Amino acid sequence: MGPESQSQIKAVADRFGTDDLVVVLGAADPEALEVAAETVTTGDPAYAGPLAGVSLGLPVVHILEPEVKEQVDPEVYSEQVGLLELTLDTDAVQTAMRKLRHEGGE
Amino acid sequence: MKLEGMKVIALGERDGVPGEAIASCLASAGANVVFSLTECFV
Repeated sequence: MGPESQSQIKAVADRFGTDDLVVVLGAADPEALEVAAETVTTGDPAYAGPLAGVSLGLPVVHILEPEVKEQVDPEVYSEQVGLLELTLDTDAVQTAMRKLRHEGGE
Repeated sequence: MKLEGMKVIALGERDGVPGEAIASCLASAGANVVFSLTECFV
């Protein structure tokens, strides 16, 4: 994740605290998911950006997970994500997310 | 995880679901989207 994005996320966490803050991911590539999830939980895996060594410990879910989808207005979901849901590999995303949370000890 | 009333960072991706689309969805779920961005993973 780029240093600018890390800096913005850090500023948000500093401003609002981490108690009721959640990160919802949208990446489709399992490797991209891993990097994004790691960055907002244990810190920047590349040790290059502002979140290097910063464990925000934020909960991470994905917009393509059924637990998230079921909370969204179906009309909005269909309009915003519907087509992407058909073209992206949702199974791979869900598997990657389960694996990430398991590795994170949740 | 219940998202209603939670503060959310929508961390989208250019080759996946963009941050704006995630933010729209979560707003309809009653979440408070405090930050949204679309990363480009290379």
